[in-house]
Amino acid sequence: MDRNIKFMSLRKITTSLSIMLIVISIVSLLFKQLNWGLDFTGGSLVELHYPEDVKVSEVRDSLNNAGFDGAQVALFGSSKDVLIKLPGAVNDTLGAEIISTLKNKSDADIELRRIEFVGPQIGSELRDQGGLAMLIALGLMMLYIAFRFQSRFAAAAVLALAHDVIIVLGFFSLFRIDFDLTVLAALLAVIGYSLNDTIVVSDRIRENLRSERNPNTEEVINLSLNQMLSRTIITSLTTLLVLSSLFLLGGELIKNFSMALILGVIVGTYSSIFVASTGLLMMGLNSEHLMVETPENQDFEELP
Amino acid sequence: MKPLRIWRYILILFVLTLGAIYSLPNLYSPDSAVQISYLNSSQSADEELKERIENALEEDFKNNPDLEIELNKDYALVRLPTSDKQLQVKETLSINMGNDVVIALNLASTTPEWLRNLNAEPMKLGLDLRGGVHFLLEVDTKTAIKNRLDGTLQDIKRRLRDEKIKYRSAFVEKDKSISLSLPKDGIKSELTNFIKDSYPQFLISSKESEETLSLVLSEDSIKQIQSDAIDQNLTTLRNRVNELGVSEPIVQRQGKTRIVVQLPGVQDTSEAKKILGKTATLEFHLEAEFDTPRTRKTSYPHRNKSKGYSELQDTVIISGDSVATAQASFDENGLPQVNITLDGQGGARMHRTTRDKIGKRLAVLFVEQRLKTSYKTDSEGNLNVIEETFETKEIISLATIRAALGTQFRITGLDSPSESSELALLLRAGALAAPMKFVEERTVGPSLGQDNINAGVLSMQLGMALVIAFILFWYRTFGIAASIALGTNIVLLVAIMSILSATLTLPGIAGIVLTVGMAVDANVLIFSRIKEELKAGTNPLQAIDAGYDKAFLTIFDANFTTLLVSVVLYSLGTGPIKGFAITLSIGILTSMFTAIIGTRALIYLIYRNKKDVERLSIG
Repeated sequence: MDRNIKFMSLRKITTSLSIMLIVISIVSLLFKQLNWGLDFTGGSLVELHYPEDVKVSEVRDSLNNAGFDGAQVALFGSSKDVLIKLPGAVNDTLGAEIISTLKNKSDADIELRRIEFVGPQIGSELRDQGGLAMLIALGLMMLYIAFRFQSRFAAAAVLALAHDVIIVLGFFSLFRIDFDLTVLAALLAVIGYSLNDTIVVSDRIRENLRSERNPNTEEVINLSLNQMLSRTIITSLTTLLVLSSLFLLGGELIKNFSMALILGVIVGTYSSIFVASTGLLMMGLNSEHLMVETPENQDFEELP
Repeated sequence: MKPLRIWRYILILFVLTLGAIYSLPNLYSPDSAVQISYLNSSQSADEELKERIENALEEDFKNNPDLEIELNKDYALVRLPTSDKQLQVKETLSINMGNDVVIALNLASTTPEWLRNLNAEPMKLGLDLRGGVHFLLEVDTKTAIKNRLDGTLQDIKRRLRDEKIKYRSAFVEKDKSISLSLPKDGIKSELTNFIKDSYPQFLISSKESEETLSLVLSEDSIKQIQSDAIDQNLTTLRNRVNELGVSEPIVQRQGKTRIVVQLPGVQDTSEAKKILGKTATLEFHLEAEFDTPRTRKTSYPHRNKSKGYSELQDTVIISGDSVATAQASFDENGLPQVNITLDGQGGARMHRTTRDKIGKRLAVLFVEQRLKTSYKTDSEGNLNVIEETFETKEIISLATIRAALGTQFRITGLDSPSESSELALLLRAGALAAPMKFVEERTVGPSLGQDNINAGVLSMQLGMALVIAFILFWYRTFGIAASIALGTNIVLLVAIMSILSATLTLPGIAGIVLTVGMAVDANVLIFSRIKEELKAGTNPLQAIDAGYDKAFLTIFDANFTTLLVSVVLYSLGTGPIKGFAITLSIGILTSMFTAIIGTRALIYLIYRNKKDVERLSIG
């Protein structure tokens, strides 16, 4: 079966879709910001396990009565687990105080699952470091592709990466999902994954531009995308399979992490098909741009 | 199909054997154990300790003749058949063994002897998987510098008085420099030279028109003071952590001014904090004389029991806060000594007290807050645990004053280098060089740790099963090769993690799961390439070769970029993220090996003996 989907003739639609998603994301990031997790804001967090179902309002009341203002109380994963957050708290003993307060007020045998305290300076440091790491990762990727391929491919790949990162960030901002360190790690992994996809497609586009002797870049890109389509889909599918298993069974602590990755893989697959190649077309890539390089594959004939 | 060279099979076999051996220890679940060590960390576990344990556990030995005590270098270990015995044995030991030993729950590796001889050990589990406390402490090095400047200032003032050099005023300016102003011209160059010779750590600057010298600490000496302060705090913390009775604690410097403390298995953070933040202090006393009234002297034991008791005057000359540093070294005759540096105020008080007490003896008293656990059975037969803090005071040094002491003096006449280093350690342990505060704390309860392990393992199993089912369905025979490669990949990953003794965390498990999904990519690329070649009419066996050869560079490119990202992630740094970066990057490397080299060998073995392959079973 020879597929011949004219991906590039869809580019007006997909570009509008991408631009729309990016605009929504940026607007949300500007006005709603990210829902920074404890890692970045600093503060205290306590996770407790009750032997029986627990009423959030009761926990909240007993905390308010005890003078813990601004404590956010929510169920965590099940109706027996409670997560209490005190964002911005600078005191490292608050967690222990919360526990003793609740234990005193309740006859139930409350079990401590987790306490976290992050000092405010650590939070802002992590935020700076995280932003820096993201930029370094993007920069390194661009250098590598510019070195391995050609500057137009690098620009297109980074366009696709920025597209993916902004949309995932926008999603987290729009739906007020906690953005913590693990989500940041997931986002960096998304950069790696999305690039992986883009490179595989770019590689084929380059190969075909050299061998097909077809002056119409759009047709060559379509051909390449069709050739790589089953691979792109299968790889995304296997990755999504394991990620959903992480999302469903991996526990609350990495739920947001797997969600970021799932979203990133979906957006990344889309962007490697539509965004990067549209970028290449818009930058006027043609086979002459690749003529100066010598074909590399021959040097590797002896390798696996 | 090109036959594979023999070295490839040898390489694959070699890697597989190594992988199998070094991942094997992870299959042996550790025994519950109780670990006993002396409170005094310089004392290693000996036969005497073993005997005491045997006596304390007499009952248990009677009931269970298999019970064994292992002596390691630093501690003795009692292995137990079940984990519920663990607490009970710990309790029995605590009741029967007194307060000079530390008793901690531990997990003892059950790796067989022959594997241990090959240095094969299981992976370490992170705190999020085994439960425990992680603290990050920030050392306030500014205070350390200020203290040092204060000390030096007092010292300069005294030296100037002794040398009869007049000055108008001397003070510490903005916690950064010392300012010295002079009464009249003429002595400026003399003073400059004097300071240059005596205090080389300062850079001296002065405006031509003014009779003022400004002494600024050089970059190097600031760095030195900072790193001394952190080292001293590290030592102090290590001593305190030892007392907590935690197996495998970590006390480590992180970055320029921070210290990480990790205490596996500890849940009571407030207790841990109390001990980490507690102040063991020093007190310097003069020895009581025969005419000292009874009401003004007290008798204290020596830390070295053989020296018995001595009577000291109750007046405290200075306390441990004044000790800036204490270093073990050797005097001009090569005999062990301890050099002590006090801060300015301490030095001045020491000087005032000791200048007319030459020939008398000066004692250093080590004051420690300790926690005593006692057990009482109440009328209903329940065992109650009573914890109370108490103070112990021991003399760690009693030495004759040979000259008036200032900010710097030394204690000589010690018997051995080990005595001098022990004394220096105790002198330093008393005080923190600079105050610290807790800037990060993460505690994971034991039940959450176990849940995390279960969740991680379960999601990995499901992920693996789904992926394998899919590729078997999609690629048939080739799918079998890819599935075997996937399984091997995990074995190799675990083996490398174990060899590097890397720490496995929950995000680390997520990294492994993600690798499973992504590792298939290499095979997908190769197999699609083979299918394309087949479609183009290439002979099936040649198509296999072409597929592997042509896909290699693409696979390499794609994996290399992911590897770059994980390096960036690793350098970003905190624990959980590092765990993710480690497994992801190792997984990428091992998956390249298994997916490219491994599957190719398998496929070759499958199709080797078939002369005319009409079609490949590749879906």
